Amino acid sequence: MSGAGTTGEAVLQARDVAKSYGNVQALKGVNFDVHRGQVTTLFGENGAGKSTLMKILSGVIRPTSGEILLDGRPVAFHSTTEARDLGISIIHQELSLAPNLSVRDNIFMGREITTATGVDYAEEERQTRALMEELEEDIDPLTPVEDLRLGQQQVVEIARALSVNARILIMDEPTSALSASEVEVLFKVIRDLKARGVSIVYISHHLEEALQITDHAVVLRDGTMTARAPRSEIDLEWIVRNMVGENFDLGSPPEGHAIGDVALKIDGLSVPDASATGRSAVDGLSLELRAGEIVCLYGLMGAGRTEMLECIAGRLPKSGGRVLLEGRELGRASIAERIARGLVLVPEDRQRDGLVQTMSVGENLSLASIGAFTRGLFTSRKRERDLVDTSIRNVTIKTDGGQAAIGSLSGGNQQKVVIGKMLATNPRVVMLDEPSRGIDIGAKAEVFRLLAEGAQRGLAVIYSTSEVGECLSIAHRIIVMRRGKISAEFGPDATKEQIMAASGEAVVA
Amino acid sequence: MSNSNIGVIAMTDTGTIHKRARGLFGNGFDLGRLLLEGRAFFALIAIIITFSMLSPFYFSTGNFLIMASHVAIFGLLAVGMMLVILTGGIDLSVGSTLGLAGVVAGFLMQGVTLEGLGVALYPPVWVVVILTCAVGALVGLVNGVLIAVFKVPAFVATLGLLYVARGVALLMTDGLTYNNLGGKPELGNTGFDWLGFNRVFDVPIGVLVLAAVALGASLLLNRTAFGRWVYSTGGNARAAELSGVPVKRVTVLVYVLSGICAAIAGLVLSSQLTSAGPTAGTTYELTAIAAVVIGGAALTGGRGNIRGTLLGAFVIGFLSDGLVIIGVSSYWQTVFTGAVIVLAVLLNSIQYSHRRPSSAAKPKTSATQGSKA
Ligand SMILES: Nc1ncnc2c1ncn2[C@@H]1O[C@H](COP(=O)(O)OP(=O)(O)OP(=O)(O)O)[C@@H](O)[C@H]1O
Ligand SMILES: [Mg+2]
Repeated sequence: MSGAGTTGEAVLQARDVAKSYGNVQALKGVNFDVHRGQVTTLFGENGAGKSTLMKILSGVIRPTSGEILLDGRPVAFHSTTEARDLGISIIHQELSLAPNLSVRDNIFMGREITTATGVDYAEEERQTRALMEELEEDIDPLTPVEDLRLGQQQVVEIARALSVNARILIMDEPTSALSASEVEVLFKVIRDLKARGVSIVYISHHLEEALQITDHAVVLRDGTMTARAPRSEIDLEWIVRNMVGENFDLGSPPEGHAIGDVALKIDGLSVPDASATGRSAVDGLSLELRAGEIVCLYGLMGAGRTEMLECIAGRLPKSGGRVLLEGRELGRASIAERIARGLVLVPEDRQRDGLVQTMSVGENLSLASIGAFTRGLFTSRKRERDLVDTSIRNVTIKTDGGQAAIGSLSGGNQQKVVIGKMLATNPRVVMLDEPSRGIDIGAKAEVFRLLAEGAQRGLAVIYSTSEVGECLSIAHRIIVMRRGKISAEFGPDATKEQIMAASGEAVVA
Repeated sequence: MSNSNIGVIAMTDTGTIHKRARGLFGNGFDLGRLLLEGRAFFALIAIIITFSMLSPFYFSTGNFLIMASHVAIFGLLAVGMMLVILTGGIDLSVGSTLGLAGVVAGFLMQGVTLEGLGVALYPPVWVVVILTCAVGALVGLVNGVLIAVFKVPAFVATLGLLYVARGVALLMTDGLTYNNLGGKPELGNTGFDWLGFNRVFDVPIGVLVLAAVALGASLLLNRTAFGRWVYSTGGNARAAELSGVPVKRVTVLVYVLSGICAAIAGLVLSSQLTSAGPTAGTTYELTAIAAVVIGGAALTGGRGNIRGTLLGAFVIGFLSDGLVIIGVSSYWQTVFTGAVIVLAVLLNSIQYSHRRPSSAAKPKTSATQGSKA
């Protein structure tokens, strides 16, 4: 237990906290300190219990046993509001915004600023504007949240937590949908907060990024704390070793297989921008993807990557251009037809587009390939179980089994279900939109291995990401998008700086 | 931001409520949980025991069979309604469709005179059945297309059809009732009795029809791709669509199936009554919805099963018949039925708020939390 107490005393502490769900022990007696005025980072694999611990500290759920000390005194929160009033605020891993309400209303939801005559909307709007300015984000306070991109929604979520002026701020994967420059802004904000004495808990699977901001690192593994150390004593290798027990390399793009014919051809594709009429989110873009090839699509938020992929998948209408799958034009083919022909999309927003919350893990995994286990009129339970078990193994989902409720999985494991579901359809072209959102380094390596194996068998892959490092360790070709157009194209030997510069991003050290 | 005091007070309140609820229906296995999950079943048992004690006539095979034949009508409507509710929709037009179906059947049994040819056609009963079901399907098709293609909210579209179908039934009969459904041997159109009035081994045919339809629906939901599509459409239509589920087609089809179920119920009812009136089935859509809800389905879609829905139909049927048998005034019957429905929905929300992991932190949850503070 080195380092504890040497710098910044503990403001919030978990003592022997355990939590079980039925017979799943999410936490097995954890001691955890939040250091005053510093950033304590929590590392751990998917399902290690990080979110569970944070939810306990912020009053979302109650521990099965153990106690919480605030400023050395035991406290028991019965709700998030109670915790919030004691100065603890949380940014949830899964967004918790009301999509129909405006940015302003979401930020002040439950704590509306009131005067004698009712809610002071003008003041709320002013504060919202100030927050957006602080976060350097160009979002109008009156936009409904459902009109925002996922990354922007995450910014709103962050703004809401900031607006509380909490003295303890818990951030559960706040940057999973943000691009590098936005993360940089957030880090600036975090440093400001620290200077004002705010204590921060930070969780992220972007290990290098997290290291930049960490003062204390704590590693959780299978519900127990396995290591803890101040920043000065640790490095990336230390984290990974303590997280998964071995060291990891995300590897390099698969080689030694023949690149085949053009699998997907995009010719002058334009997609209208949903938020502004007349503008194009994708602007006359052309692209060729060959069988066996892995192409990374890099770009900032709003570069048009998601719109392009959703249009190719058949979700958004196009305003011009053509999409050809293995030489045949797709025209107005439905999403189902495209999937049947081997073109699938792993969507970006797992809650909204990826998962059916009312169905089990198995039913979610098999949803896109029901045909594969239907014989005549009826589905075959056995074949379905085989398919589900194979998927669970392939993408290493940590779960009780196919019949578990989807909501009982940790965030990263839910993400793996979305990936596994689309890969189970045996696609010929797979498009993945930010698939690594929230998955740990081991799982990422596993997904990369699956994609590489697929490529060797002739699968064509488009992998959209805002993490340059990922591009370099998987892609044969890196395409950078900017304002709906391709701004540059690189081979696997490009440097991070080159790629980021082409995206229009200020290169950070 | 000077409202923190208010927040504390308000939240301590809800906090204790929360704790109590958790104690009662806490984690893991406990009696509260069991009662909650099997509530429709226990309610049915409770109803049977109570009325058997109150009336000597209640607990007999004969009475059960009579009550079951009443349940058959609600049950048929409820099975169709349940398919619709599983997709997150609602079908308010089933009561009217039932009435219209009866009238169409009655009309066909009277013989159709073809003006130009001067002949009267007397279609055999099986043709009547098919044509009547087709009418039900047509009503459902209109509902489905309005909802899936033209994006009319289900509540509004089916409310419209509730009026239209009823109006058509009244127009067709001028408000009168067809009493002569027996057919004549020389015209080859006898056998209408076999749709609901007659009995096989003493079991009313209506009950057998319900059993067959329920079995079919259960197979459909649990063992076919379509069933999966229905559940996923109601659970998250966007995600379902991106997984290749033909969401629009599924939506249209569930309304068509609901319309057909209502038409079958119309046939059974008019056969049971040996007459077909244009006002038959008024407000039955509400009974059907109640049965589905008591059976544990979520009105938001994605959750529910046939077994529960059937139990729900039996709870409502056995309750209201029991109240009649012990001679409670019809006003009190209405009150009791309403109370049972509210209780069921209450238990539903406890069950689902419990099952839904707090991790999801759904917008809804935070919105309610917000309004409390
Ligand atoms: N509501 C629930 N019901 C049952 N099990 C649950 C529930 N919530 C979490 N768990 C289980 O608890 C364990 C820890 O989950 P948790 O969400 O804390 O993981 P995590 O460390 O945040 O992972 P990730 O990096 O994927 O977000 C997992 O095994 C998960 O399946
Ligand atoms: Mg988590």
